[in-house]
Order: sequence, then C-alpha cells, then structure tokens
Amino acid sequence: MGIRFILMVNKQGQTRLAQYYEYLTLEERRALEGEIVRKCLARTEQQCSFVEHRNYKIVYRRYASLFFLVGVDNDENELAILEFIHLLVETMDRHFGNVCELDIMFHLDKAHFMLEEMVMNGCIVETSKSNILMPIQLMDKTS
Amino acid sequence: MSSPSIMETLFQRTLEDLIKGFRLQLIGESAFISKAMEEIWKEIKSTNLQTKSIALQKLSYLGSLYFVDMSWSAFHCIECMSSPRFSQKRIGYVAVSQSFYDETPVLLLITNQLRKDLGNVNEFEAGLALDCLASIATVDLARDLTPNVFKLLGSSKIPLRKKAIGAILRVFEKYPDAVRVCFKRLVENLDSPDSRILSAVVGVFCELASRDPRSYLPLAPEFYRVLVDSKNNWVLIKILKIFAKLAALEPRVAKRIVEPVCEHMRRTGAKSLMFECIRTVVSSLSDYEAALKLAVSKIRELLGDEDANLKYLGLHALSVVARKQLWVVLENQEIVIKSLMDADANIRSESLRLVMAVISRSNVLDISRVLLSYGLKSDPGFCNEIIGSLLSACSHNLYEIVIDFDWYVSLLGEMSRIPHCQKGEEIKNQLIDIGMRVRDARSQLICVSRNLLIDPAFLGKPYLYGILCATAWVCGEYVEFSTNPTELVEALLQPRTSMLPPLIRAVYLQSVLKILIFCMYSHFQKWGSISFPSSHNLEGVLSESISKGTALESSDTLTSAQDDVFNPRKLRERIRLSFLLRRTDSVKSLLSNCCVIELALEPLLGTHEVEILERTRNVLGLIELIKQQIPDQLFPEEESLSREELEVWKLIRSMNDASCEELGPVSFTAQEKIRIPEGLVLEENLRELDLICGNLQPRSLSFFPQREERVDEWHDSEWRSREDLEPSNESMSLLVEHRKRHGLYYLPSSASNDYPLANDPRSGEHVPDETEDLVRLAAQSLAPKKKPNYSKPRPAVVRLDEGEATFPVVSNRSNSKYDLLSEVVHDVLQETNPMDKSSQKGKEKVRGDIPPGSKENLQDLVDPRREKLGSGKSKHRSHGKDRGHKIPQKVDGEKDENSERARKKGSHRHGRNKMRQRAEEQADLLAQTPDQIPDFLL
Repeated sequence: MGIRFILMVNKQGQTRLAQYYEYLTLEERRALEGEIVRKCLARTEQQCSFVEHRNYKIVYRRYASLFFLVGVDNDENELAILEFIHLLVETMDRHFGNVCELDIMFHLDKAHFMLEEMVMNGCIVETSKSNILMPIQLMDKTS
Repeated sequence: MSSPSIMETLFQRTLEDLIKGFRLQLIGESAFISKAMEEIWKEIKSTNLQTKSIALQKLSYLGSLYFVDMSWSAFHCIECMSSPRFSQKRIGYVAVSQSFYDETPVLLLITNQLRKDLGNVNEFEAGLALDCLASIATVDLARDLTPNVFKLLGSSKIPLRKKAIGAILRVFEKYPDAVRVCFKRLVENLDSPDSRILSAVVGVFCELASRDPRSYLPLAPEFYRVLVDSKNNWVLIKILKIFAKLAALEPRVAKRIVEPVCEHMRRTGAKSLMFECIRTVVSSLSDYEAALKLAVSKIRELLGDEDANLKYLGLHALSVVARKQLWVVLENQEIVIKSLMDADANIRSESLRLVMAVISRSNVLDISRVLLSYGLKSDPGFCNEIIGSLLSACSHNLYEIVIDFDWYVSLLGEMSRIPHCQKGEEIKNQLIDIGMRVRDARSQLICVSRNLLIDPAFLGKPYLYGILCATAWVCGEYVEFSTNPTELVEALLQPRTSMLPPLIRAVYLQSVLKILIFCMYSHFQKWGSISFPSSHNLEGVLSESISKGTALESSDTLTSAQDDVFNPRKLRERIRLSFLLRRTDSVKSLLSNCCVIELALEPLLGTHEVEILERTRNVLGLIELIKQQIPDQLFPEEESLSREELEVWKLIRSMNDASCEELGPVSFTAQEKIRIPEGLVLEENLRELDLICGNLQPRSLSFFPQREERVDEWHDSEWRSREDLEPSNESMSLLVEHRKRHGLYYLPSSASNDYPLANDPRSGEHVPDETEDLVRLAAQSLAPKKKPNYSKPRPAVVRLDEGEATFPVVSNRSNSKYDLLSEVVHDVLQETNPMDKSSQKGKEKVRGDIPPGSKENLQDLVDPRREKLGSGKSKHRSHGKDRGHKIPQKVDGEKDENSERARKKGSHRHGRNKMRQRAEEQADLLAQTPDQIPDFLL
C-alpha cells in the first residue's frame, strides 16, 4: 500500500475530506488526524513538505486555505506524491473551476469520486485528468 | 404507506441542507450533530430508498468528517447498495467502503450483490463494485469473487480492466490462491499498449514486489521492457522501485538496468523521476561507479537547491549512500553541517542522521565538539536529538568508535551539564556500563563523577537524577581510584541530597558505606604492612591492595585492645577522637570521615523510607563498631595482638572482600545461561515449599553454590566466624548477605569465558598489561576476523546471540504475512509450464527439453536487451532455436517481431518463467560456472 490516507484540512484544522485506505477505528482516526494536523499546520511555508510521523511519512501541500495531506509509506516517492496532490487539485480545478474549500465541502461525493478514480487500494491507478473526470461528467449529464 | 414516504422525501433535509445548517448553527457542533443524527435515525428506517439513501449519505458525511459512529447502519448500507438507481447504489457503496471492515457481521450479505454488480454490463456499476472490493475485501469475499474479478481483468473496457487490476492486489492479499487463477492475466497486462492499464499493473507489481521481491525476479525482462520503453513518469517511478528491490537480489539484473537508469537520470526534467533514479542507484546500484558518480552529482544539485523539499531529499539520498559510500558524505560535509542550523527541523534531523553516519574513530572528537556547540545553540528538542544520537553512536557496538575513554567520560559529563539535556537515563546507563567494562576509564570516571556530584545545580533537575544515581554508584564502586575519598563522602552527604528521591538517596548511602569500608580497609592494611606511624596517604593503597596476600601473612604487633569504652557519650568520644586524629593522617581522615558521616546520617534515623533507613543503620552500625575498637588500637608502640586476631579487622576485611569484587556487565542472555538443575521442574507449583522453608529461604539463597566457589579460601573458616558475629553485627551480615544474594543475578566472571568484560585481563592472557586494554579493544573491532583469539571476548559472542535471536524473528515476520502469497506466486510462475506446453505444443517442447540454466535460458533472461541493442542476426540466432518456425518470415521487420514476441510473451511467459526461475535458482545455489557468466556479460 503506497498511500495510506488522504486528508484535506482547512487552516483552522477542520477536516474537509478524509479518505483512508486501511481500516482505522473512529478513535484511531480522531487521534491520527489530530496529531497530523497539529504537526503539519504548525510548519511554515519555507519548511519542507515532508513530515515523518510514526512509521510513515506525510507529504502535504497547501493551496490557499486548504491543506492536502497524504500519508504514504516510507519508501514512497515524496515528489511524486506532491505531483499527485497537484494533479488532484488541477483535476478539481478543471471540474469546479477555481476550486475552493466550499466546493469540496458541498461536493464531497464528487471529490471522493475523483479520488476513487485516481487511487485504488492505495495505488495510484489513473493520472489523466480527462479520464478521471469522465465518469463524473457522465453522471452529471444523466442526473 | 406511500404518502408518509413522499412527505418524508419532500421535507427531508438533503446533505447540502445539512452542510449549510452546519455552517449556520449556533447551538454548538455536538448538539447539532446529535440533532442531525436523530433525523437520520428516523429517515434511514424509511422504506423509501431515496429517503434512506439521502439519510445514509448524510450519515457517511458525518462519519467521515465528524467521527460519528456508523457501524450500526451496515444493513441500511446493503439496502442502498442493491438499489437499481446508480446514485443510490453509489451512496450505498461509498458507505460500505467507508464503514465496513473484516469483522462487520453482515459483510457476507453483500457477496451476491457484489457478484451481480461485477457482472453488470454498466461499467460504472461494475466499477463501483470493484472499488468496494478493493477497500473491504475479506478472505471470503476474495475467494467467492475471484472468478468475477478474473473475468474483468480481461475486459475490453479499459477503465474497468484498470479497476480490476487495482482490486486484484487486495484479492491476492486476502486469498492467495487467487494468484493461480489471475496471475497470468495480470502479467499479460504488462504488455498492454494502453498506458492506463500499464500504470495500474505496474503499481500492483510494485506493491507485490515490495513485500517479496524474490518471487518476481522471473518477470524482470518484462519490467525491463517497461523501464526502457515507457515514457510515463508515474510508471517509471514504480518500475524503478521494483528494480531497486530486484537488483539488490540479483547482480545480473543490476548490471542490466544501470544504463537505462542513468539515461533516465540524465534526460528527465521531472524531479520526481530523477530522485527515484538517484534513490535506485544509491540503494541498489552503488557498486557501479559511473552511475554512482552521476547520482552524486545530481544529489549535489538537490542539496544546493533553494527548495527545502529538494534539500531534504538530497540529504535523505545522502544518508542512503552513507551506508556504503562514506566519501560521498564527506565530500558534501560542509552543506551537511550547515544544514544542522536549518530553519526546518526535518532538515536538521536529516543532517544530524548523516553526521552520525560519517562518525568514526578519527573524527568523533571533532564531530562531538561541533555537535555539542550546535546543541547549545538550538532548541531543546533538537538539542536532545543531538545528545541522543551522539550517545547512541558512541556506545554503538561496545563503544567501538571511542578510543580515548577519558575523553568520552568527560564528554558524558559535559553533556549532562547542557541546560536542555534530558537524556539522563542514557547517560546514567553509559556511565555505569563504562565503569564496568573499561578499567582504564575508572579514574577519570571517578573524577567526572565527583565533579557532577559536587555540582549543586544538578540536585534541582529531576530528569538528571539518573546521572546522579550513576555517579554516586561509581564513586562507591570504584573508590579505590579516587584521590580523595573524604571529598566524595562529603559530596554524597551534602544537605541538599535530601531533595533526591528515596531510591537514589539509598544509592548514595550505599556508596557512603562502600567508601567507608574502603577507607577502613586501606587504613588497616597500611597498618599491617608498613611500620607504624610512618605517614602514608591513600594513593598508596592501590599498590598495596595488590600485595594484599603478603600483607595478610605478615604478623603485626598491635596494641592490645581491652576495650572498656563501650557505647560512650558522643561528645566525649569525639574529643577523644580528635585528640587521636593527630596521630596519623590515615587515622585522621578515617575518623573525620566517620564523624562527618555520623553527623549527616543521624537525622535520617527518623525517616520512613525503609531503603534509606536500612542503609543508614548499616552505616551507623559499622561506625559504632569501629569506634569501639579503633581508639585503643592507635598506639602502635605498645605491645599488641596480631592484626589477624582483631575482630574489627576480620570484619572489615570480609566486608571489603564482599564489596571489592567486581561487577561485570550482564548479558541479555544471562538468564538462559543458567543451567536448570537436574530434576527441577519449573512448572511445578512451589507453594508447598513456602511452608517448609519459609524461614530458611534467605540463608539458603546466600549459599548458592556458584557463588560460594568464588569466595576466597578464607571463606569456610571466616564464614563461620562471621556467623558467630552475626547477632552483634547484624547490619554487616545483612549487607554481606544482600551482596551475596545479588550475586545470583550476575554471571560469575571467573567461571564463564562467555561473557568476560570487554577489558577483562583474564580474558586475554596474551595481553597482560592492563594499559593495553584500550588498544586491544580497538584491535578487536578493527580486525575481528584476522585475530580469532581476539574475537573470542564478549562483543563477538553477544553479536552472535543477537543474530540468533533476531534472525528467526525476521524471517518469521516476512514469512508469516506474505508467505502464502509468495508461495503461490512461486507456484504459478513454475507450474504453468506444463499447461503452456500442452497448449503450445512444439514450441514449448523445445523449451521444455532445455536443461535449466543452459545458455538459451540465460539468453532469455537477457533478451530484452538484445531486442534493443543486439543486431538482427543475433536476435535471429537467439530466438531461432525456440521460435524459429514462427518467426522467420518476420525477421526483417523489427517492429513486427517485437509485437509478435510481445504477443507470444503473454502465452509463453510461464513456461519461460519456469526456466528462468530454475535458472535463477541454479545461479543462486551453485557457484556460477564460467560458461554461464560470459553469456551474461554480452
């Protein structure tokens, strides 16, 4: 499993999206998100985007008010994960048009849908924006 | 029935309403959530699927972002899943993926639904099912649905096939036998022209190979082709990860991939790919100089970059290189050291790790100095990180890199004084450990300990109490190396020690007792061996104690001690004592010590802490005893009893013997080394024994045979006489007994060669001079194999034990989790050969007849390269033998041939794999025969 979880958290530390690729209990999730958010949000722009946490690594990036945090195994390529985050943001940008926190809040299902297309069981399986968005657009059309 | 449901649907709050409401709510988050939950609770029971699904959607939202428990909704999830409408079905699937796990009770109920959806013509519904399977598949689900997933692996719809590939990983994990069914198809997908499929399948193999790379060695040629042909960075990164694993196992693979990897490194503009190339080279291809040089130059680029991310990764890559190629780090030392002051804590830690990687005997002094100066300047967290890594680096492998122990001991003292230092426990352990292991360091140890003990600042820092505990112990245990025991006693008894926790204070008191015994012993010894009252000081004691044997024999004339001064009033006694003090330096210091101790300890008699109380009594009891006798023995001019006849001398001597015996380091496996006495059944219930020997227990323990052997020859007679003394000298005998009981937990250093001290003179008769111990220690670690005699002592033995202890654990770990999977993969890669043979007839027959490890097979292994680089002729030659009857007409068109090969690869792979596999195994098992190697070097 390359990616263990993907979180989107706003500046205030509120989780806006949480996708886990391994089963954690509610308590474990609560603790994990608390620790990570505390750790990452305290860092400044000049500091690097990789944080070691427990036995894995968190690669994060901030876009405007939103932090994208991806928990990965230690041997995962950090830069590739940064690119993955960027791809995710670009994809959402293309779909929502200049994506913002509210878009994700109100269209969480779509954000999840995109992630489903991109990542399966922790592996990145799709990296083409149009392929990712194709089913969503289809769904939008039919509904 | 329908009308309420319509009402429900009409007036139901949607997820959007919920979110909006959330943003506007004034009642507090938890109150709002519980209100929403009440609604959901009602709505989800609705018979209307729309209402139910909306409710479930809201529940998933709350569950995902607000940690609301949704395990109770499992059945509702299943209901939504089975909805004919896609949007409702999707809500159901999302909820299932989110909330189901292996123990969910209703999990098996979804098997049929999943099977139905997997077979659905609507690719999106099938996709949903695959997504769901990928995240929640259990053993049962994986087993039952393997055929369906298998079907989808060959689907013509690319997105669906992609998802099937993504899901297969979970299926394999849960149900390894699925490999038998699906592996072939999965491998075929490696040849897919579609980049999406390729990216997915490479991702799966990357995961599989990271767990058990060996099983996937046979697929190296396929991976190689991807490495050379693919233009997709995502795929390349994954493929490089696979190769990094394979190359570490198989040097031939490493040899093949060096060039393409370097090519990617040179050409790519993507930092991620470049970094992956660097990582592959430094971790698995570091034997190839050109590649390594290229990687190092790229690392330097990263290090020089402004971007903190790249800098971090550069340091990270360096730390990987450092394991094998230290010079790379040394070359970049400057940047590394500078990074110690970086604003980013992660970069600082990374560079610290690197500095630790380059630390060695030659530079440990400098590095420690630099690091400690950085430590003083930085924040507490990093400061402690520095101290911690210095401590562990220096203590690694029995202080391998430390040559000058005097320096190291002083360094420990220095570390303790750093204001932020929190590593008291570790420093404590090392102080004691060095004391026990390194004889030559003891005098410096005493010196450092004394300075730390005297420093009043330490008594105010609870987290450093461990250090004080160790220094107090050192002072007591190695007091013979001290130049001024009086000073130690004063330091141990300073008034502020009352701030210490009782247990540490007990150590202090125990040390006081030991010092006192030592002072008395040396006093009497001098008395015996040197004509009184020549002045002598305590420095002479050490040399004297060596000639103890002769001293014992000489009979002395001493003042007859007809004691009539029993239990005198203290004041008078002290006056008398002070008069006597002028007699000799030795007596003076002894008695002044006694006075100091008495004064300091008397208040402690009222304490409630038993440890302190007991030890205080021991000390005071001893002083009392001495005082009864000493004053009368201070007149050497007079006729006297021989020293041997003095009770006090006997007493002091036996106590000193008890305490001067050296404590050795205890091996981790010490417990195992104690042989279980014959006839002893450890499982037996011993409660009955309590009745029989409840009273005897302490005594019988003290006569533990192993210990008895070690007591000097005086033991038999002395012990009896000591027992006679027992009633009056209770404290003393208690002490001795305690000491003896303690002995149980140590391996007798004289009896076992297994765990001699690192510098135990007994362990190496060939180096009799103690001063050479350190040199020997150095020699041991430098050339353990050259000098088998030297490698016998402790370090080697312990390492062996550790290896023994950890090896099975490691193999178990790697096996237990994935053994089934890799076993099956092995099987599949081997067993499919007969099937292939039967289906492919002649072609395979030729192959089947080729003995494993023969030239053809080996050529097969390298043929991707041939395809690329070899001439047409060589291709023809290499393929002609086994595929001649199909290929000839296509020999000229390289493209055609490649595609033909690619097509055939799918069907022949397993046969070839088997051969390759065998070839690999052969190569592994046997030393490669000369005629095989040239083939590879082509």
